Amino acid sequence: MDNASAAADPGGTPAVARPVGSVRAALLVVEGLWAWYRRNWRATVVSSVVQPVLYLLALGFGFGSQVRPGEATQGLPYLAYLAPALLVAGAVQNAAGESTHPVLSSFKWARTYWGIIATPISPGQLVAGQLLWIALRLLTSGAAYLVVAALFGALTGPGVLLSLVFAVLAGMAFSAPLVAYSASVRDEGQGFNAVFRFVVVPMTLFAGTYFPVSQLPVWVWPLAWVTPLWHGTELARAAAFESMSPLPTLGHLAYLLAVLAVGVLLTRRQFTRRLLV
Amino acid sequence: MTAADSLLVHASGLVKRFGDVEAVRGIDVGVRRGEAFGFLGPNGAGKSSTMRMIACVSPRSAGELRVLGMDPQRDGPRIRARLGVVPQQDTLDNELTVRQNLQVYGRYFGLSRDTVRRKAVELMEFAQLSDRAEDQVEPLSGGMKRRLTIARSLVNDPELLLLDEPTIGLDPQARHLLWDRLYQLRHAGVTLILTTHYMDEAEQLCDRLVVMDGGRIVAEGSPAELIARYSTREVLELRFAPGHQRDALPVVATLADRVEVLPDRLLLYTADGEASLAAVHERDVRPASTLIRRSTLEDVFLRLTGRSLVD
Repeated sequence: MDNASAAADPGGTPAVARPVGSVRAALLVVEGLWAWYRRNWRATVVSSVVQPVLYLLALGFGFGSQVRPGEATQGLPYLAYLAPALLVAGAVQNAAGESTHPVLSSFKWARTYWGIIATPISPGQLVAGQLLWIALRLLTSGAAYLVVAALFGALTGPGVLLSLVFAVLAGMAFSAPLVAYSASVRDEGQGFNAVFRFVVVPMTLFAGTYFPVSQLPVWVWPLAWVTPLWHGTELARAAAFESMSPLPTLGHLAYLLAVLAVGVLLTRRQFTRRLLV
Repeated sequence: MTAADSLLVHASGLVKRFGDVEAVRGIDVGVRRGEAFGFLGPNGAGKSSTMRMIACVSPRSAGELRVLGMDPQRDGPRIRARLGVVPQQDTLDNELTVRQNLQVYGRYFGLSRDTVRRKAVELMEFAQLSDRAEDQVEPLSGGMKRRLTIARSLVNDPELLLLDEPTIGLDPQARHLLWDRLYQLRHAGVTLILTTHYMDEAEQLCDRLVVMDGGRIVAEGSPAELIARYSTREVLELRFAPGHQRDALPVVATLADRVEVLPDRLLLYTADGEASLAAVHERDVRPASTLIRRSTLEDVFLRLTGRSLVD
């Protein structure tokens, strides 16, 4: 066959193409998304890093100057209380952005997913790469936020590095089911507005970022408890303030991992269903 | 090389269903190494569904299919590693440069960074896009994007290139440039399978083709064989003022193997156009104008699939 493949090459350098392992395939998908990011990262910095920093300034410094440390702030200044929670809220908001229009576009307008599955890469490997890419984006945006927050003196100690891990986990627990939904959208994505208005915004307001959920009426508590944001926020604060206790930690982790796992399975199913028809 | 080895694609009783709709209804196809093979047919004939099954991105509903001697269901990734695919709608990354599109895509085939860098340079040369290497794809013309899509499909040196409507929507210059590139590939020994609506494209490019209609294969052969079998050597066109063509029909009906009635003309399928025209004049029929031409694949196509609009 060597002569046939060499002949197929108009320039004369024979390429040796072969399917790669699943991990490598996912990394190649990440590499493709990175090629895009390298040209377009400036546009994403405002929403992914600047925005959480603005919240930290306005609410942590501005509004926080009027808040006396107390039981609700775990005895901390409001700025310190808020900083790790905004890390998680930022991760969830970034996850919402990365998991909606970019995914639908790759099916519908740019159609890049269709190009990828024409190569040896399978829909399952594509899903792994896409989700890994979102996780990396959350990780780097969160790290950039932490650097800025540290410069403002908003951080209490090295525990926030563990908070960052929890923030990425919470973000991914929100991202994976949302990517599955985006993969099922056939229209122009009008449903995304509802996701932002009725899920993301109420979640960031009432799931424990700015004040404890216990300050809300009792009937609202379960609504906060189902959100990945609440679990992530609890974990991130505990890590930052070095107040982690085993049982709650395991409970939050188990919930986030379960939601993430279901989301990944749903995403795989939707991608396969849509791409391999 | 054995006989089976030389069949790059072998389908028998191949079926594709979407729910209750049977898009491909049991077709038998064999594509030999090195040939250019065409699927012709109206919209909805099942061409694209067949192409997607061959490209290993659409599981078959029934029947047998072997591509490069392997089973797409089991060996999809291994087969796709040796295929090139030019889809009907471009799937280029519009926000990347021409060069990046080639390099990123090559990496999906497991090629090293060095290899894809080298391949990108060669392929941009091949597709006459070298001077646009660092330009973003978005603003490129339709013809350039199509050339880039074809170039990209060659990044893994495919043994088999699948082209679904490769020149749709392109102006004549862009089409001829693309055809030129496809001749080169065929000459280099690449096996081509293409679908097309354009009969001139099929006549130019295909060694052998099948005509599909309603999910079935209705004819198979080389362009010349099909013309010989389903049409006559020549066609005599008699043009009339609209409506008057029917008056002449009974008079000329016996002068040809077959007569087709169009709104403003009669088509007389005949072995000898000059002789038929003389006979028409003898019978005192006075068309507004006349034309004698060779039969084309288009005549075969319309005869086999009908003139009514298919959507």
